[in-house]
Amino acid sequence: MTLVLEAVVFGILTGGVYALMASGLTLIFGVMRIINVGHGALVILGAYLSFALLRSANIDPFVSLVITMPAMFLLGVVLQIVFIRPLKDDREALSVLVTYAIALGIEGLLGYLFTNNFVQLNAWYETASFAVFGFHIAYVYLFGFGLCLAILAAIFVVLYRTTFGSAVRATMLNRTAAQLVGVNVDRVSAIAFGIGVSTAAAGGVIFGMTNAFNPGSHYDLISRLLTIIVLGGLGSLRGAVIAAVAMLIIEDVTAVVISPVWASFAFFLLLVVVLVVRPQGLYGIRVRERI
Amino acid sequence: MRSPARVRAAKWTALVILVVVAVLLPVFETDPATVNVAVFTAMYVGLATAWNIMGGYTGYVSLGHAAFFGFGAYAFGLVLAHLGIQAGYEPFVFVPVAGALTVVLALVIGWIALRTRAATFVIVTIAMMFMIQLLAENLVGLTGGGSGLSFPVPPWSGDFFDTPFYYAMLVMALVSLAISWWIRRSKFGLGLLAIRDDEDKALAVGVPAHAYKLTAFMISAGLVGMIGAIYGYYVTYIYPQYAIDPLVGISLVLMVFLGGLGTLWGPVLGAVILEPAQLWLAYNFGASRLYLVFYAAVFLVVILLLPRGIVPSVGDLVKRMTARRAIGPSDTASTSSDTHTVAGVQSP
Repeated sequence: MTLVLEAVVFGILTGGVYALMASGLTLIFGVMRIINVGHGALVILGAYLSFALLRSANIDPFVSLVITMPAMFLLGVVLQIVFIRPLKDDREALSVLVTYAIALGIEGLLGYLFTNNFVQLNAWYETASFAVFGFHIAYVYLFGFGLCLAILAAIFVVLYRTTFGSAVRATMLNRTAAQLVGVNVDRVSAIAFGIGVSTAAAGGVIFGMTNAFNPGSHYDLISRLLTIIVLGGLGSLRGAVIAAVAMLIIEDVTAVVISPVWASFAFFLLLVVVLVVRPQGLYGIRVRERI
Repeated sequence: MRSPARVRAAKWTALVILVVVAVLLPVFETDPATVNVAVFTAMYVGLATAWNIMGGYTGYVSLGHAAFFGFGAYAFGLVLAHLGIQAGYEPFVFVPVAGALTVVLALVIGWIALRTRAATFVIVTIAMMFMIQLLAENLVGLTGGGSGLSFPVPPWSGDFFDTPFYYAMLVMALVSLAISWWIRRSKFGLGLLAIRDDEDKALAVGVPAHAYKLTAFMISAGLVGMIGAIYGYYVTYIYPQYAIDPLVGISLVLMVFLGGLGTLWGPVLGAVILEPAQLWLAYNFGASRLYLVFYAAVFLVVILLLPRGIVPSVGDLVKRMTARRAIGPSDTASTSSDTHTVAGVQSP
């Protein structure tokens, strides 16, 4: 029982990280109607940027976010303008290919620069831990969870309390109508993509401290993130956050109760069950457009 | 003026020449390295053509076809092992068994995945692929797990080894093309195109959309599974990350987009251009992982410069030229009919 409780707590703490990464992905989908298959690779890129700063300048991974998040924001804006904006017809299908290519490019480049050996971000709070109900939790999980909550809260505030947020939500609801009432959807799209990519940097740091990673790790990551946003309903931030936490709890509990090798499988199985019952996901609307 | 009969004769002649060249290739080119490239090219011609039945005609983009490819390979290996088939030519007879098993898997996956549309469908197929990969890894008693599954090794010498596999892949490519061609001309194919253009309208005019989509998915997956089976026998040893490789699933999609989505010859053209290029990049830059960067660059250039693919773009060009040459307005009208249907039957 203690083990299950421990699994639930870990599920919530790691679920926060996935919630952050998935919210960036679902925000991008919501605003642009594109699936960013490169999101996992961007997370890994963020982790490697912090890794490089840690190794070369001995900058604490959390502190390095001050540098990496704006850098990744700019990268996101550039990627959107150069690769996503030119897509006119058949956006959904073509965007998958374009972002997949971005993922491959990042994977190849990281493999060239850092080799394919697994690395991990190290810091004192990763080994130090505190006791709760008789089990130990490393500080990194708590700090990471706190950071995720802070960034998620910031995203919600921007979306629901600012003029820019209204423009973003209007674009999500109806791109053409938003354009008609004077929203610069191209600018909104570029900034939203930048925000999504900079959350990937933050997610990458926490992912990199709690997991060993290599340039190929993005496949595993993106399959999970995509599953989460489908489960939550494409384009729904709230759905993504709830789905992320639910998925991670189920995964961790499965690992304890059944076996760690089936943990990821339970993750995907939940998706199948939800699709059979509710094809549009938790908070989604039924997709009526053709691809 | 080009008469339809002459055009048709020219197309058939071109097709026959193409097939003859493909069949005679190992006779004239005996270098095993070249035949090896030909095996993989023929493999991707078949894969891309089979994928196009679902992704191109029906408009459901699946990024999870690598699952059927790997499943076919695993199913084939297990069938051979359980029936105690000896290495040699005999295993090829059992390739359709692997195909049939893959069709059953596609029925299950398709039944669930096809409840969703558009972007959700794309994501669900990706998730399904990773599920199959996890199963291959975790069902250790059946698949051997991470340590892999080995096939009987054919007793052919090094120089000749690739040749039977080349013909097997060529047969599968031709079978896929024949099926793709037949579907294109059938009422079933028309139904698929209607689903692609507007599924709700297709339903309204009486197209049994769900049954049609599922059938197309099963045909597409079955062909891919059979090709996967031959691949497994060719490489003689498979393990989960290698047999169910996301890169295979995305490569064939890129080939279809390069050649022309939803056209008969587009996938063939895309595979013939990209697969040798991919092998060359992997051979020359594989060690440094830089080949992924080059491949990504090829990818981006193709999609940003030729988003509609070669066959439709060239088809448009030809039509524009003929339209300019035509005198009467009636000619111009007839040549500017639906680009998709006309472009689909352009000669190679």
